[in-house]
Amino acid sequence: MSTEVKDVTYREAINQALREEMIRDESVFLMGEDIGHFEGAFKVTKGLLAEFGEKRVVDTPITEAGFTGLCIGAAMAGLRPVVEIMTVNFALVAMDQIVSNASKIHYMFGGQVDVPMVIRMPGGAGHQLSAQHSHSLDAMFTHVPGLKVCVPSTPEDAKGLLKTAIRDADPVIMLESEGLYGKKGPVGGEDHLIPFGQAVVRRPGRDCTIVATSRMVWVALAAAEQLAAQGVEAEVIDPRTYRPLDLDTLAESVRRTSRAVVVDEGWPECGIAANLAAHLYESCFDWLDAPVGRVNSADVPMPYAKNLEQAAIPQPADVVAAVMATLAREVPR
Amino acid sequence: MTTSPPPVPPPDEMRDIFRTMTLIRRFEERAAEEYMAGRIGGFLHLAIGEEAAIVGTISALRPDDPLTSTYREHGQALARGTDPRAIMAELLGRDTGICRGRGGSMHLMDVQRAFYGGYGIVGGAVPLALGLAWAARYRETEQVSVTMFGEGAANQGVVSECFNMAGLWDLPMVFLILNNQYGMGTPVERAAAMDDFFPRAAAYDIESWKVDGMDVLAVRAALSEAARLAREERRPACVELLAYRYRGHSMSDPDTVRAAEEKERWKARDPLITFERVLLGEGIIDAEGVAAMRAEVDRVVDDATAFARESPEVPIADLADYVYAEPWNDAAHGSALVRP
Repeated sequence: MSTEVKDVTYREAINQALREEMIRDESVFLMGEDIGHFEGAFKVTKGLLAEFGEKRVVDTPITEAGFTGLCIGAAMAGLRPVVEIMTVNFALVAMDQIVSNASKIHYMFGGQVDVPMVIRMPGGAGHQLSAQHSHSLDAMFTHVPGLKVCVPSTPEDAKGLLKTAIRDADPVIMLESEGLYGKKGPVGGEDHLIPFGQAVVRRPGRDCTIVATSRMVWVALAAAEQLAAQGVEAEVIDPRTYRPLDLDTLAESVRRTSRAVVVDEGWPECGIAANLAAHLYESCFDWLDAPVGRVNSADVPMPYAKNLEQAAIPQPADVVAAVMATLAREVPR
Repeated sequence: MTTSPPPVPPPDEMRDIFRTMTLIRRFEERAAEEYMAGRIGGFLHLAIGEEAAIVGTISALRPDDPLTSTYREHGQALARGTDPRAIMAELLGRDTGICRGRGGSMHLMDVQRAFYGGYGIVGGAVPLALGLAWAARYRETEQVSVTMFGEGAANQGVVSECFNMAGLWDLPMVFLILNNQYGMGTPVERAAAMDDFFPRAAAYDIESWKVDGMDVLAVRAALSEAARLAREERRPACVELLAYRYRGHSMSDPDTVRAAEEKERWKARDPLITFERVLLGEGIIDAEGVAAMRAEVDRVVDDATAFARESPEVPIADLADYVYAEPWNDAAHGSALVRP
């Protein structure tokens, strides 16, 4: 007898994780702007106020630094806050709290208190929201020791990583993609936790390794299909967490394929792709047959006009071209 | 100014308050010497002159009331009962320091005594204190969260955010604005639109008032009332203490900006001298008792200093301890990269 697994959206998967962990642990509470009565700007927290009440699902004023800091203090006292920052763009207002407090407190005070909290926030471009509402700031958070950073690409990972994050003793940044909330897929049950620092192979291949997370996994998989039509078999690997990073799985693949392309929706300078490329050079230099390729958003503030925006963010064709370059081949026209 | 009538503490508590104030003064004078001798590095911010504000506040609280502070916080730790050895060892960056040499002068914490730390970003700890108040209400304890910050921090936006949330949610929270009249070298009149800071909290429906921060009993009475409001009536309060620090902003500040006449005027109100006069006048202590107490405090400070100097340095192999709650086994980040 097979167990029927109903596909759910990435949005519903996150909702399930929140609900299950709130049932499991009384110390888990949610705080953020419009997450209660409005049920979230992206409806991720639908139904949770009705089920858990105002003590545990807390609508805040528009005061990102204040409520993020409040949740850090609550975590120091042993509660397990899950903060929703409406979008990653507004996290910049709370950056002092995240960088100077959340990431430092365990270290700076010699391990006297833990900071067991999660800060969830969606980001990414593609909805014509222009320069201030389209950030991918993964590199900024990954830069900071003391934080953990997860970047789920599927409903299963969104649920499993969030459950792990809520049970973790350290501050975890969960970067969700606005473009993935409607994406459907299977999810695990109540006890299905996805450990941090375990990459997964999304598509096996022998010719070139493509590293991508979050929405860029789907861009990479589309590119891999196009490459396959031209006889190039790309391997797509999703690290799932940037901190900790499963460099072993990436390096094992690159040593096999001898070629690598890193896809990242952020900017190129001092970015995620630059960082992963540096790791791959350090660990795989003697195996590489071509420079590691990078595919990033253009080095510009995100424009509004649809054609400009699409030109600025990574597309499957950009990934195809980068892979072909590692093979010293032209992209056929 | 509105305060409830000052409950006069019993004589033994009065003597304890005087001893703690003296301990803070002597400890910080010794820390300054250790800094000048090159044994303390980084920044060293002394609270000399602010002892009444510190001890008056802490003597009004319960031992489990969570307390947060700025980087000028040696006195808060001492008043909460942290071992002076562990504090001096932290200042000297030793393995026996209260934070094992990770924090230094600006970042003391003693969570066993509900002292939740000294923080280096001006105003940045105030939301943490709000979170400690949040946790107290969430768990339905009787704790009151108290945060001490300067009038300079009151100009930071996040502090206004916290006034708003505390007022909105009626959190068991006491905001303590220690107005020492200077943000580093900038006097209040060049930094703030109004001379008083407590009306800012009042604007968010928080009961607030101002008292003389050089008078330990006045501070104690004000904080007792503020803590009572937060504990019994479950609403926030804000107390502004007008005080003065006798040293520069930190040891690296030669303190040339402030007028000598101004400093002398405030030194005439030295909280240790005025409180000693009260105790002598009321017969709570005699001159012999004062001398014996000072000698005992000096022995404590001598012992703490000797202990710190003799303590081992932190092993370099432990550099990456405490970055995360569990040891970090990621080859790409953390211990693998930073270990020698």
